[in-house]
Amino acid sequence: MKPGSVAIVGAAETTELGRIPDLSEIGLHADAALNAMKDMGIGPKDIDGIATAGTSPTNLAHYLGITPTWADGTAVGGCSFMLHVRHAAAAINEGLCETVLITHGESGKSRVGKSGFGRSDGSLQGQFEAPFGPMGPPTMFTIPVLRYMKDRGLTHEQLANVSVVQREWAAMHPRATFRDPITIDDVLNSRMIAYPFRILQCCLVTDGGGALIMTSAERAKDFPTKPVYIIGTGESVETPMISQMADFTSSRAFRVSGKKAFDEAGISHSDVDHLMIYDAFAHLPIYGLEDLGFCEPGEAGQFIMERNTAPGGKLPMNTNGGGLSYMHSGMYGMYALQESVRQMRGTSPAQVEGAKISVSHGVGGMFGASGTIIMSNERP
Amino acid sequence: MSDKYQALPAPTPETQHFWDGAKEGELKLQRCTSCSHTYFPPRPFCPECASRDVEVYSASGKATLYSYVINHRAPKGWDAPYSIAVVELEEGPRMMTNVIGIAQTPEALELDMALEVSFEQVSDDIFLPKFKPSAGGAS
Ligand SMILES: [Zn+2]
Repeated sequence: MKPGSVAIVGAAETTELGRIPDLSEIGLHADAALNAMKDMGIGPKDIDGIATAGTSPTNLAHYLGITPTWADGTAVGGCSFMLHVRHAAAAINEGLCETVLITHGESGKSRVGKSGFGRSDGSLQGQFEAPFGPMGPPTMFTIPVLRYMKDRGLTHEQLANVSVVQREWAAMHPRATFRDPITIDDVLNSRMIAYPFRILQCCLVTDGGGALIMTSAERAKDFPTKPVYIIGTGESVETPMISQMADFTSSRAFRVSGKKAFDEAGISHSDVDHLMIYDAFAHLPIYGLEDLGFCEPGEAGQFIMERNTAPGGKLPMNTNGGGLSYMHSGMYGMYALQESVRQMRGTSPAQVEGAKISVSHGVGGMFGASGTIIMSNERP
Repeated sequence: MSDKYQALPAPTPETQHFWDGAKEGELKLQRCTSCSHTYFPPRPFCPECASRDVEVYSASGKATLYSYVINHRAPKGWDAPYSIAVVELEEGPRMMTNVIGIAQTPEALELDMALEVSFEQVSDDIFLPKFKPSAGGAS
């Protein structure tokens, strides 16, 4: 896409975050969508394009009363919303629709009206991974890390420190689930989940949702909100099986998606003021920093240890506290995008002063998919 | 055993040879006869060159420990902690498994240690490929 041709003009999370037992999943989508539309003073009749994951575009259109001319149900896991932003930008530029609503809602904790993610016993995962006793992502997404630690020299302390630094950011966010400071010792003494991962290195499980509204940069002027321009986008997918990830020390999907986005934006890493890297587990920011090119292979653990990504550091990262401390409903990518938009609007409780360019990088499945969105509050 | 939760593979026409082999104590891989690439999981064409001319053969069963976690939250009937591992087969491909016949500790489970396949029966027809420390030491 042409950098700056499309903008995010509406952005909101659900009214509540954390534990929301009185709303079903489709209700969480709708609550966030209503908040985002109110943010910019429009209603469902003004929306002509929709994209969502976790529910179908058909469910969303019917529930909100939208008659779209463009619909995208790309569902590749938690970064689906990054892909939706990318696809929506292309659709708007192609004239397929003018005003796109992207929604997420997930009853991760309360499990009200939860959509199923059934595994087929005949799928390749069902035949060649499930029989060996995995208990969900904490026992699967984490498998590559010991190989990374041996090959790249990452220490347990450096891995634990990722959670410590993100908690510092969460402390600034009134809506973050966990805000009390923690130490490396706290992390290394917390309950073992799947060695080498302890509970403070695993994401939360909460309820919530979020919505974004996009339109062309020209039309963005018609709305009262501060436009946040999309200047670079990328996406890729690799494998549904963690055991078949080509390189356990680096994600191909991250590398491909990140390079596409940076090339499109025409920026260098030193231009980036703010960074979000989807952190379902503590190793993801480490892989992300290296695969996006902010650090050389093997340097990200020490880079975080030296407080480069902490408050006051040169590359503020995961400034909402991330999936480790802010919230994680299951498909966290929407919340990374929301914090990037807040930073670009200048409204984050952990505002990075003068930030002009934000990178929001997501993962889907377990290193299975990736999406990268680069935003700016200045039109290039 | 009957109380143990065990996800059972449902073989498909493309994977049946693997599970038939496992029942006979053989670890079956596939090899492309056009470019000689060996691959896993099974499919009726070569993922490297897309040729449909592929053959099934018996692997050596030798592997090294590539990476793992030690799960502390067991499904029903499993004895935690236990390893969920990825091994690298001598022929190249990697596969998920459990390392058995050794203490389930970080000290005992050393990356790159030599392993060999050991099939474990979990139903009438399904024998899972698990891996134990190699009898002969380094592979
Ligand atoms: Zn071939």
